[in-house]
Amino acid sequence: MNKVRALESTYLFCSKILSGIIPALGTKRPFIWFMVTSEKAFKKPLFGCQMCGQCILHSTGMVCPMGCPKTLRNGPCGGVRSDGNCEIKPDMKCVWVRAWDNSTQMAVFTESIQDIQPQLDRSLSGTSAWINELGKKNDE
Amino acid sequence: MTNKPVSNLAQRLEKGLFTVTAEVTLPDSIEKEALVARAKMLEPYCDAINITDSTGAVPHFSNIAAASILIENDIEPIIQFSCRDRNRIAVQADVIGAHAMGVRNIFCVTGDGVQTGDHPEAKPVFDLDSVTLLTTINHLKTKGKFLSGRELDAKPDLYLGAAVNPFVPPFEQRALRLLKKQKAGASFFQSQYCFDIERFETFLDRLMELTKGSPPPLLVGVGPLRSARFARWLRENVPGVAVPDSIIEKIEKYPRKEQQKAGVEACIEIVETIKTLTGVAGIHVMAYNWESSVSEIIEATGLSKTARNI
Repeated sequence: MNKVRALESTYLFCSKILSGIIPALGTKRPFIWFMVTSEKAFKKPLFGCQMCGQCILHSTGMVCPMGCPKTLRNGPCGGVRSDGNCEIKPDMKCVWVRAWDNSTQMAVFTESIQDIQPQLDRSLSGTSAWINELGKKNDE
Repeated sequence: MTNKPVSNLAQRLEKGLFTVTAEVTLPDSIEKEALVARAKMLEPYCDAINITDSTGAVPHFSNIAAASILIENDIEPIIQFSCRDRNRIAVQADVIGAHAMGVRNIFCVTGDGVQTGDHPEAKPVFDLDSVTLLTTINHLKTKGKFLSGRELDAKPDLYLGAAVNPFVPPFEQRALRLLKKQKAGASFFQSQYCFDIERFETFLDRLMELTKGSPPPLLVGVGPLRSARFARWLRENVPGVAVPDSIIEKIEKYPRKEQQKAGVEACIEIVETIKTLTGVAGIHVMAYNWESSVSEIIEATGLSKTARNI
């Protein structure tokens, strides 16, 4: 199994487990602390996570869009270099070129890269994306 | 309620008439006259004029001020909004202010990074991206409300556009990105400079396939290259402009003095090809700091207003 598929499976696994736990514990302070700490601990080294609190990794080929110097969440800008590198950081592969390549390798979320992502809610910065996502579903 | 087109540009594109837009280079002037003079050079040849938003991350004449000066002079502007300098509060405030000044066509782009321009130490905003910029302005347009839900006294009449760049990676994704922008509220599209017809045709084929032969109005970006040196400068310094070696070599064959003419001729050749393509709504001419060349390109390709309106 390749890396993208492995990450996708991990995402699906976490989603399944946490959707059972978060509705019950999502408002408890020790649990919130645990989630924030573990998200920082895992997602930072793996994806360069910036704790935006609104994780959309599964829609972006498991490449964090906040790593884009313009923090674009809906696709590449028009400034991508002909070698596929970033307009702003010439030595870095464009986040969205990677996201596009990876999304084609995914099993479940290949099409999700075409979803329109809403305006980022800056007030959620530093909070747990899992609680924000699964807690929100619970409210609806 | 009738769905009357909100602008001349909207009317032409909705009717499927071949349309020409052009970009005016905003002067570093503190008076109106220089801008008006440049816009008047373009006006006889195009249906609307793009006003950039401090393009290349270099501060220029304010886009809203420039657009209202054009309106004073009976010239229809397409005002560009980028995400670099305004957060969502400033965007919404400026959109309704621009509407009050008579602006109807708004073109949404991501914007060049500050590192591109002459103030690389500035703080880039990018609170929104080009798609959420569209959804934000489309929210004002369709709901008559700010994102917060606070109501305006009426819904603004707007015609929203977006950019497409088929000439840079990820190539396979560019047509899908255009459709994403359409879903977010864009009614028309203007492309980055097209110097590579083959690449453009591949993109257009894909777009035609995805839209079952009825793509949204797309104006293809064109422009003359003043010299081989300028072409190289453009390729290296303006993000997202792909100039193939073949076109540079074509211009370089001529001595320096004749390269300007060769550049115009190469542009005319590209326009002639674009005119024949199904699925193209028109052209968008960007003659950076060289407005006088536009008349020549338009006349030579038989696209003057009178010729197009017969």
